Amino acid sequence: MKKGLKKWRLFSLLTVLAIFLAGCGQEEISTLMPAGQVGRDQFNLLMIAAAIMLSVIFVVVTIYTIALVKFRRSKLGEDHIPEQTEGSHFLEMVWTVIPIILVLIFAVVTVYYTYKLGDVSAMGATDEEGNPENLVVDVTAKLYWWEFEYKDLGIITAQELVVPTDEKVYFNLIAADVKHSFWIPAVGGKLDTNVENVNKFYLVFEKESKDLRDGVFYGKCAELCGPSHALMDFKVKSLPRAEFDEWVVAMQNTADEKPVANQKGEEVFVQSGCIGCHATDATAVQGGVKQSGTQGPNLATFGDRNRVAGFMPHDAENLEDWIRDTQKNKPGNKMPSYGEDQISNDEMDALVEYLMGLKVEEK
Amino acid sequence: MSSVAQKKGFGAAVWDWMTTVDHKKIGILYLLGGAFFFVLGGIEALFIRWQLLTPQNDFVTAGMFNDLITMHGTTMIFLAAMPILFGFMNAIVPLQIGARDVAFPFINSLGFWMFMLGGIFLNLSWLFGEVPDAGWTSYASLSLVSPGHGIDFYALGLQIAGAGTLMAGINFLVTIINMRAPGMTYMRMPLFTWTTFIASAMILFAFPPLTVGLFFLTFDRMFGGQFFNHLMGGNTIIWEHIFWIFGHPEVYILILPAFGIFSEIFSTFARKRLFGYPSMVFATVLIGFLGFMVWAHHMFTVGLGPTANAIFAVATMAIAVPTGVKIFNWLLTMWGGSIKVTTPMLYALGFIPSFVMGGVTGVMQGSAPLDYQLHDSYFIVAHFHYVIVGGVVLAILAGTHYWWPKMFGTMLNETLGKITFVFFFIGFHMTFLIQHWLGFWGMPRRVWTYMPNQGWDLANMISTIGAISMGIGVIILVFNAIMATIKNERVGNDPWGDGRTLEWAIPSPPPFYNFPQTPLVRGLDSVWLEKMDGNESGFLPAEPVKDIHMPYGSILPFIMTLGLFIAGFGAMFRLEHAWGLPVLVGGLVVTFFAMAARSVRDDLGFYVTKEEVLQTEKEIAQRGHN
Repeated sequence: MKKGLKKWRLFSLLTVLAIFLAGCGQEEISTLMPAGQVGRDQFNLLMIAAAIMLSVIFVVVTIYTIALVKFRRSKLGEDHIPEQTEGSHFLEMVWTVIPIILVLIFAVVTVYYTYKLGDVSAMGATDEEGNPENLVVDVTAKLYWWEFEYKDLGIITAQELVVPTDEKVYFNLIAADVKHSFWIPAVGGKLDTNVENVNKFYLVFEKESKDLRDGVFYGKCAELCGPSHALMDFKVKSLPRAEFDEWVVAMQNTADEKPVANQKGEEVFVQSGCIGCHATDATAVQGGVKQSGTQGPNLATFGDRNRVAGFMPHDAENLEDWIRDTQKNKPGNKMPSYGEDQISNDEMDALVEYLMGLKVEEK
Repeated sequence: MSSVAQKKGFGAAVWDWMTTVDHKKIGILYLLGGAFFFVLGGIEALFIRWQLLTPQNDFVTAGMFNDLITMHGTTMIFLAAMPILFGFMNAIVPLQIGARDVAFPFINSLGFWMFMLGGIFLNLSWLFGEVPDAGWTSYASLSLVSPGHGIDFYALGLQIAGAGTLMAGINFLVTIINMRAPGMTYMRMPLFTWTTFIASAMILFAFPPLTVGLFFLTFDRMFGGQFFNHLMGGNTIIWEHIFWIFGHPEVYILILPAFGIFSEIFSTFARKRLFGYPSMVFATVLIGFLGFMVWAHHMFTVGLGPTANAIFAVATMAIAVPTGVKIFNWLLTMWGGSIKVTTPMLYALGFIPSFVMGGVTGVMQGSAPLDYQLHDSYFIVAHFHYVIVGGVVLAILAGTHYWWPKMFGTMLNETLGKITFVFFFIGFHMTFLIQHWLGFWGMPRRVWTYMPNQGWDLANMISTIGAISMGIGVIILVFNAIMATIKNERVGNDPWGDGRTLEWAIPSPPPFYNFPQTPLVRGLDSVWLEKMDGNESGFLPAEPVKDIHMPYGSILPFIMTLGLFIAGFGAMFRLEHAWGLPVLVGGLVVTFFAMAARSVRDDLGFYVTKEEVLQTEKEIAQRGHN
């Protein structure tokens, strides 16, 4: 009997916990489970705000309920004429001054965090030898994909942002066509990528992404940018600094050592013109000087990626489907579709194998 | 020659409505026009929710979805909420201040036709298959590259409708300043009149920026301008500023009259003077003023820098204070009163918790760093629907039930009214409460579909079911309105029995001249005061019965607007078709000729003789006794 009760208690505890966790969304995308300092500051601000606001709601609902129960005409009688009170200076002072105090408290916290999260003064700082002290990633948002350039490291990638954990990562944001907005909900708030100016901010990644369900954080475009706005997703991999450094070296080496999983596939890649827009060399852009093959996403790490076109499951079938009909999958995007008259089925299989083999990470 | 009970042919009736300058008829036109667009916007909303019912749904295409969200937002704000509120303002404000019409009846009619034809122009985009698709905010970089004529319909349609709104605003300002009955001092004006006054002042300052912005957009798209083209030295952020310098005051233009409606309803059905009337007035003025100081809180993530963000964050939070004052004043109006839960009161009671929810989430978003997370997520969608549906739409539904007898002379069925409320209110919370969490869980707004396994599926389904419930509520309301009109059971001056303001002292609907004698006002809640002092009619005349001067109707407002409507198509197709330019010029010529005709020919109006007034009053009195 006692044992049963204990089990029941445990069960109910687990249920409550499950409901609570369900209320927090999913770790890789929820703002309620922040995975870095910026997101946590914002989460704390949310908690402070929620505490103040719930107390206000509580007071209002209490007065409301009492008034509604107590002063009903059905109780007071049809002929009851209430006293025509004009007001009360005391009460009106109370509900003016208390909200002012609450707002002031919230305002102080808000201003503090506004400056804290807006501080990018360390960006571009160099040590005595002239090496940059912080990692800076230049993000360019395009219809409907994301380009990530690590200018100081001479490498570029797309669709999947790779960052080191436990340090401030600074971002330069701009859009190449129309306005987008860069958002990694689990890590921190968004900042718009405007068309005419570079926006700067920083994020901190405190959790390694390999422990997440898909091994990545989810990134989103948060500003309406056309038909496929909903599909303009990207993914984020956060690695310990040492692994990140290894990744950088591997990326820098793609200029010389390109993995060729399928020789015929590479030929198709070149002959069909894929290479005109997509470089397989992660150093194809250096210091902002665009070289050939940068109209489309850089494919040096394609095989490592988590999604095809940013949102489809990463397998051969989806990749083929994507290349065959890009407009069906992502309406309004700029990549042409390739029918069987352009790339035969045999060639497609080879191409897909080749693309899936473009990796810099050891698997 | 009594105009009360004349039977007319259909053509004559249409002509009568098209030429009318009577504020009560224009009020009804606004209400019906707005209701039409409200239903249209509601259908668009249901399509949106149906598409989002399940992940990767293909009920509509991505392009179509953007058309739907753009038209839903634009329609609901410009063509539904504002015109319906204008309908109440037109129908009620002159009565509340004891006037016989608005200051400029001709302009009043012109304002209505510009709204109506502007709205039709915008919605004709559906028939052309080229629909605005850049969101109701139509941010410049996207709106410039949007293919087809969609954004042209947006820019031109809103330009025409917006000009009508500006005229209506000026008209109400002048009416309230100049046409109050003897004794109706500013501090004796009913709260609905006060909020109309402040909202009109806000229109005066908020709509010109919209006009300018839309002209820029029109020129960029149709006449080779480069205001927003950053490659040619333009700047897209300027559009965002201009839009929100208009757009933020706009939401207060909507919510202040809603506050006014609820103030009337609380006071009437609690049978009690509005608690803290002077502070209510002051809070209204303050909200109106602060409403112009906070536009950049829509732009916290644009990258304006921490200083600008901090200033606008604190300014935004300041608005919570006067709004809170209003909430507590309403609560204290109920406190110690004698509350009768009629349908309008039910809406008012539903409004308080709903609007408080919307208010507090507004303060949360006012905090810039927190807004970096909430902005453009489903949280903001939840927030603004809580204030606009939970505030403005509930007020519109409340006002419809409350003033229906005054506007149409019949009562809406109370039981059906309460059923409408239940469906609508539960559906509303079901649709939007869960959306706060969708925002927390990382779902961006304006997405036409979403992948499964992001934790959003169930919440989206709940939200869609809620939307259907709201739709059922609206259908019942429409049915209720039709039934009330068919049954046509006439009601007396004050069918609620607790009317406090001047509109309840005259017949429902009032005769075309409103008051046989201009009333004398001795204090706030004039009718209530008179009744308490033993004057059963609730009406104290300030003058003997004498001849009444009234304006003639005119078709010119319609013709002026029609010219602009035609010119709009000319401007849009000028670059593709040879007929574009002549049509543009021709349309403008029609408008200018109509304006010239109005200027050259004086409209001196006519007199209703004393005998006619007495005869009409007698007929109405007899009808009441039957």
